[in-house]
Amino acid sequence: MLLIECPYCGPRDEYEFSYGGEAHIVRPKHPEKLSDEEWADYLFLRTNPKGAYRERWCHAHGCRRWFNVERDTLSHQIIAVYEMGAEPPRAARKGGSKP
Amino acid sequence: MKYSIFSLARNALSYHRDWPRAWRSPEPKKAYDVVIVGGGGHGLATAYYLAKLHGVRNVAVLEKGWIGGGNTGRNTTIIRSNYLWDESAHLYEKSLKLYESLSQELNYNIMLSQRGVLNLAHNLHDLRELSRRVNAIRLNGIDSEVLTPEQIKARVPILNTSPDSRYPVLGASLQKRGGVARHDAVAWGFARGADRYGVDIIQNCEVTGFRLKKGAVEGVETSRGYIGAKKVGVVVAGHASVLAAMAGFRLPIESHPLQALVSEPIKPIHHSVVMSSAVHVYVSQSDKGDLVIGAGIDAYNSYAQGGSFPVVEHQMGALIELFPIFSRLRMLRQWGGIVDVCPDASPIIGKTPVKGIYFNCGWGTGGFKATPGSGWVFAHTIAHDEPHELNAPFTLERFTSGELIDEHGAAAVAH
Ligand SMILES: Cc1cc2nc3c(=O)[nH]c(=O)nc-3n(C[C@H](O)[C@H](O)[C@H](O)COP(=O)(O)OP(=O)(O)OC[C@H]3O[C@@H](n4cnc5c(N)ncnc54)[C@H](O)[C@@H]3O)c2cc1C
Ligand SMILES: [Zn+2]
Repeated sequence: MLLIECPYCGPRDEYEFSYGGEAHIVRPKHPEKLSDEEWADYLFLRTNPKGAYRERWCHAHGCRRWFNVERDTLSHQIIAVYEMGAEPPRAARKGGSKP
Repeated sequence: MKYSIFSLARNALSYHRDWPRAWRSPEPKKAYDVVIVGGGGHGLATAYYLAKLHGVRNVAVLEKGWIGGGNTGRNTTIIRSNYLWDESAHLYEKSLKLYESLSQELNYNIMLSQRGVLNLAHNLHDLRELSRRVNAIRLNGIDSEVLTPEQIKARVPILNTSPDSRYPVLGASLQKRGGVARHDAVAWGFARGADRYGVDIIQNCEVTGFRLKKGAVEGVETSRGYIGAKKVGVVVAGHASVLAAMAGFRLPIESHPLQALVSEPIKPIHHSVVMSSAVHVYVSQSDKGDLVIGAGIDAYNSYAQGGSFPVVEHQMGALIELFPIFSRLRMLRQWGGIVDVCPDASPIIGKTPVKGIYFNCGWGTGGFKATPGSGWVFAHTIAHDEPHELNAPFTLERFTSGELIDEHGAAAVAH
């Protein structure tokens, strides 16, 4: 069971949130210029690490805003919470999953 | 030793104290022709068929914990082959056929019980989709039929088929040849079978890296030292991405917990397997008498073999909705396994960007039913360095070419 600190509302039960998968995957500006391999990489390939992982969450039953979380996928410890579009915090950047 | 009524009687005379071990526990050799990473049902079946059918006997299965301790020993053991697309239907049906004679094949009772699997429809769209599915499945020569609510009630009298319920039961598909089997026995039977052909089963041996040379594999680094290998077959379910990262590539897979629970044992009351993707629960009763209950995956990525409480709560709500009679049952145990979820809910079985490394993964919530078939095609793929026609469509390249095998309809809920 997670206690997630929404950057806008504070700590709330996992039940209030919905999950958005891996963070920092930017939609390519010109998909038509990509090769099939590059498009497949964007669409399907994921890092899925055992350990620190950057992911998106939405406070669906609260403020309904999206934000990023860095969480350990083995211990479930939440390492950092930061806003959409922001760079991952410095401390978290070390040893984290590749963006 | 062959297991039979005579060996049972003989061993009864010595109070069952002298049964020999079912497989050896050897020290790893310096090198093998084939190393299988992962001692779940799929890995052990692969080793068995490699040795038996392809004459490849210098084989080791490396398991970081104990064999069958992953998803094989954690699953709810539902077996069926009623999949929509031709590719899947052929693969899962091959597996079901192998299951039907597996106890004899392995001389090991896997307790296959073909008690019939029902998939419920709760709205008009579900019902139409289910009928289309049944027709497609029958065209592939696989048994499948549609039941009316009355026919369902006759089969499962304790199911709430009242039209007044929140999600009324409008129909169901039935595969009579579907059912359940004993999960541990499948792993142990394949282990014993493989061991008899000389396969080394090495437990407490974690693979921590690959040794590569010019894009080809030379061996594996393990917690028990380096082991050379001409070919490596990786079958590690939820840890597929971790092993792929060691070999230097990524997979279209995400790891999620899938939970299950069992109730206190009760007298036989539920004689089939009932699944509902709409309300997200499925249930069967084990020979011990406990209800075995599963649901959908936890939403977020995880490698902790646990899971969250809201999923359990949801699952219990759905169970009581379908079976009001179970409302006073106490649940005894809950656990989770880490399942390897693929975007199209179909497995990946074949070659990888590294020469000599083969992956078999992406079975997600539904690979127990595929255990013998998966091992059978994977053994072929490793032995011949090319897939069998049954697994040829299940490549990693399909995510680039777009030839996905979208089985979400069949696999949206765990089974
Ligand atoms: C709760 C639950 C219910 C399920 N219900 C059903 C069902 O009803 N029907 C169905 O068909 N399927 C079901 N499944 C799915 C099914 O269990 C799996 O698809 C199937 O068992 C996978 O088998 P496997 O041998 O590939 O994996 P596993 O049995 O998980 O084996 C993989 C092995 O690899 C080992 N390993 C991992 N990393 C390493 C390493 N680095 N070095 C060495 N070894 C390593 C692990 O310890 C593990 O033992 C369910 C799964 C769960 C979790
Ligand atoms: Zn909020």
